Amino acid sequence: IIVGVPLWWRTTETYRAWLPVSQINELSNLQLQLSAEVEVVFARGTVTPEQQKKVPLTQIQDEEHTVDGDLFINAVCLVVTKIRRLQGNICLKCVFSRGHSFEVQDMDVYVGQRRTALLRIGAQMRVGKTLDQLLAHLEPRIKQVLQVMSFSHTDISAALSDRVRLSPGNKESIADSMRTFKSSPGYEITFSLLNPDPKSHRLHWDIEGAVQTYIQPLLTKLASVANFSIDSQTLYYAMLGVNPRFDSSLSAYTLHSDSLAHVINPVEARLGSNAASSNPVLNFLLYVPDAHHSPLYIHDRKKQEVPSNAFHSPRWGGIMVYNVNGFYGPEAVFPVDVNINMAKVMGVFLAQLRLLLGVQSSTAPSGFLVAPCGSNGLADWELDRLMWSRSVENVATATTTITSLAQLLEQIGNIVINDNIAEQVSSAVTSLQLAVAELETGNLRFALQYSKEAILASERAFFDPSLLHLLYFPDDQKFAIYIPLFLPMCVPILLSLLKIVSDARQKRREKQAKKD
Amino acid sequence: GCPKDDFQEELVIRPLHSGDIYASFQFRTLWETDFMRGNKVSHYRLFPKSLGQVISKFSVRELHISFTQGYWRTMQWGQPFLPSPPGAELWVWFQDSVTDVDGTWKELTNVLSGIFCASLNFIDSTNTVQPSASFKPLGIGNVTDHRFLRYATLPREIVCTENLTPWKKLLPCGSKAGLAVLLKSEKLFHSSFHSQAVHIRPVCQDWQCKTTSWELRQTLNVVFDLHTPGQGKLEWSLFKMFSRTLTEACPLASSSKIYIDITDDPQGEQFEVSPATHLLSQAMVLGDRRTFSVYDLTQQITFGTVRSLNLLIRWKSRDMLRPLLHAERYVAGYGLQTGEIHTLMYNNHPYRSFPVLLLDSVPWYLRLYIHTLTVTSKGKDNKPSYIHYQPSKDRVRPHLLEMLVQLPPNSVTEVTVQFERALLKWTEYTPDPNHGFYVGSSVISSLVPSIVAMDTNSTREQPLFSSFFPCKEESSYFMRVYTEPLLVNLPTPDFSMPYNVICLTCTVVAVGYGSLYNLLTRSFQIEEPSPGLAKRIANIIRKMRGVPPL
Repeated sequence: IIVGVPLWWRTTETYRAWLPVSQINELSNLQLQLSAEVEVVFARGTVTPEQQKKVPLTQIQDEEHTVDGDLFINAVCLVVTKIRRLQGNICLKCVFSRGHSFEVQDMDVYVGQRRTALLRIGAQMRVGKTLDQLLAHLEPRIKQVLQVMSFSHTDISAALSDRVRLSPGNKESIADSMRTFKSSPGYEITFSLLNPDPKSHRLHWDIEGAVQTYIQPLLTKLASVANFSIDSQTLYYAMLGVNPRFDSSLSAYTLHSDSLAHVINPVEARLGSNAASSNPVLNFLLYVPDAHHSPLYIHDRKKQEVPSNAFHSPRWGGIMVYNVNGFYGPEAVFPVDVNINMAKVMGVFLAQLRLLLGVQSSTAPSGFLVAPCGSNGLADWELDRLMWSRSVENVATATTTITSLAQLLEQIGNIVINDNIAEQVSSAVTSLQLAVAELETGNLRFALQYSKEAILASERAFFDPSLLHLLYFPDDQKFAIYIPLFLPMCVPILLSLLKIVSDARQKRREKQAKKD
Repeated sequence: GCPKDDFQEELVIRPLHSGDIYASFQFRTLWETDFMRGNKVSHYRLFPKSLGQVISKFSVRELHISFTQGYWRTMQWGQPFLPSPPGAELWVWFQDSVTDVDGTWKELTNVLSGIFCASLNFIDSTNTVQPSASFKPLGIGNVTDHRFLRYATLPREIVCTENLTPWKKLLPCGSKAGLAVLLKSEKLFHSSFHSQAVHIRPVCQDWQCKTTSWELRQTLNVVFDLHTPGQGKLEWSLFKMFSRTLTEACPLASSSKIYIDITDDPQGEQFEVSPATHLLSQAMVLGDRRTFSVYDLTQQITFGTVRSLNLLIRWKSRDMLRPLLHAERYVAGYGLQTGEIHTLMYNNHPYRSFPVLLLDSVPWYLRLYIHTLTVTSKGKDNKPSYIHYQPSKDRVRPHLLEMLVQLPPNSVTEVTVQFERALLKWTEYTPDPNHGFYVGSSVISSLVPSIVAMDTNSTREQPLFSSFFPCKEESSYFMRVYTEPLLVNLPTPDFSMPYNVICLTCTVVAVGYGSLYNLLTRSFQIEEPSPGLAKRIANIIRKMRGVPPL
């Protein structure tokens, strides 16, 4: 027994490396502090001299957002009135200025391309004696600007939509949150030209040039968020899943918005999965209807023609219908060579790409004027917004993965935990902690970086094949091995135990009999 | 501007001497682009995107993959245009920039198994070899360092519709137009032999070879057995074979042709073809000058007034020609311990001997005794002039045996080697271990002397099926022959045995323990033996009679 029991114990135990369980539990509460730094600048002459005295001044305002009970997100807005740039931090600027610099009269706020918003200041300037009071007075407006330019409650809850069941009723926001792709370290963008009728149309598209001109600047700007790779293909004889209806009043074929859901499936089979990576794919299809079914128009719910003649599918991509029947006359000799106007096509695809990546310009409150985005299609503050929500989403996803892995490992004692898994888990946990800390200080770039690392490490740990090794070695099989030994051995022991019991009873009875 | 690409399709029909019909489809996509210079290629037109991504991601120089159902009977059917072994075969030349070839190979097989819906993910180090001489690059490029070559076969692989569908999807026209319309799976797999393949290689653009382009060849070979019972007449048509007729060429194809081999019957004595065509073409195929009737699908006149083409052949009589080189293989021996692999190579050339390269890749669980290797032809020892042997490592890599053997004219050369069957671990057995274990085909590559001297007047306008293997010497042609795969029984244990042993030993231990326990715990007393049964009965009777008991 002295030798046997330890030997049996050593040979049958499973190796389980140490995991930082307490830290994981701590993380699972997910207390996030997001902070944005705001610099309030008053233009010359807008502030009274006595108000000017008490500069500099720093205010911290806490705002609590509760999402589904167990998550608390403190949004901390630092309001700084003096130019005080922390190293590497992103700073929103609210510039108050007199009305005369505005060109449009009924506009209160102008949001610039970088991170600056211009606010109109009116007569209320004289309200406060001190700067404190003035700021308190201006606070609601600053908050409004903040919601547009950094993050709002809906953004955060959309980013956390995986962890939190959204309240029903708010259909619009659910649709919004489901549209954007899930955060991922990389995306594959595929442009496909669908030519169902190569006998009549010989299509030429200069996709290479178009990508360089229209798509690449945006992706270069987004390079810090994710890696993108672009490719394109031409598919022949690719049909849509529904037969368009002929509308004699328009003498055109129409696709109603209700049937759009069935369009994609047969095309999808032809698109082919990406062989080179496992990143999500954004598909953009340009469909040129065949000569017998053109022109083809997409109609919305009100039976109105959709001006762009395009639609997008959430988390999948976009489809644009491009009619070419106008390029040739009725007596044309087939096949006809058609050059596709890439500027028109790419305008639609770029808008869809922005939507799908989550760079949605949420409808600004009235009185706001948002500057048109520049050559690269993305304002600085839009990128910030994206980085906020992506970091939060990454942190949430990584936390969920790590927590469920820890729970699983706790529940099933048979799973072998190798050293490399423990290493991955702890690196994920440290990255998560760092990401949370960076979010607190408002270092977006680093926060996103760490949150990406956390996701990678946690997924690697979760999907490690070694975890499956002994998963299907349940306890009943162990019983099956041990029972043939222990059952026959128990029989004499039990019998003798019974005998001892009966002997003891008899003795007691005899004793009682003697007493009597 | 845009890189040029070009697509051609072709179907060759050859009536075989056995009375069967051999149909060989070839689809070729040429693409003037360079995957090798490291610039990212990402805009595809005719070339399929999935394969292009594979080539650029894994730095592939050449890729050859084939799926075959059935065995090509060289003796009855002659040589195929493109030989392939039963099951799946994959061989890949990587570019010399690849550092971790084994890792890339592993990833590549996984990706390909996804693309072709095949179990290529079962390719691992135990069935991968690096042949030193048998598989040279077929495209341009002077890399001959076989460190960058990987070769594997899966003789067990069963080919079916799910492999054909992704293969058809790689064609620009899919199965919607052109020759691919004929590829209906219910007919294709109801045949004696079916083989589909994908070959990718870099080729020269022009004769000076200033620019290179990528060539994707998709081939599909099928042999229909027309001796179906109940059919007295020997005749076939496109509709009978494929249950379809042709109505148009693929509009993307620059050439779309059907060739019918009428070499054996120039005067129309053995069979007749209808509709008749006056277009004839001659080509050198496998050392033989052959004559073909050509139907050009890009010409509207081919389809006639009914706007559909249904070729018809009626047989009148037939005879037979023996192929110059063929081979067969079998396992000899009895019992489950040792055995012997015999490979027979036939040279049927009447007066010329030629060398062949024999490649054998044997799994590690057949332990080859290489000292028992004998090569005999015409009863005499035939010493190979080159032997490359890589012994196996258990559970890591297979045996690789390559040798160069001279085959004397009109002879049979026999290669034998003995082996011992290894015992596997219980998890290494397949789910049906009593079915046996497959050993992949041997590969015999050779330059066979041609019967007809090839003419030097070779133009660009040759049919696709005659231009796959590069041919330098004019008096001989390159040929590859695959032998049958072997099915070997390994000693198979009774898989319930461990549990039986556990039960038995445990019971024995328990019984021993029980008696020992009883010995230790019971106290023993001497007891008066009780009176016997007879005595007791006697006593009862005596009691009844009133007599005192015994």
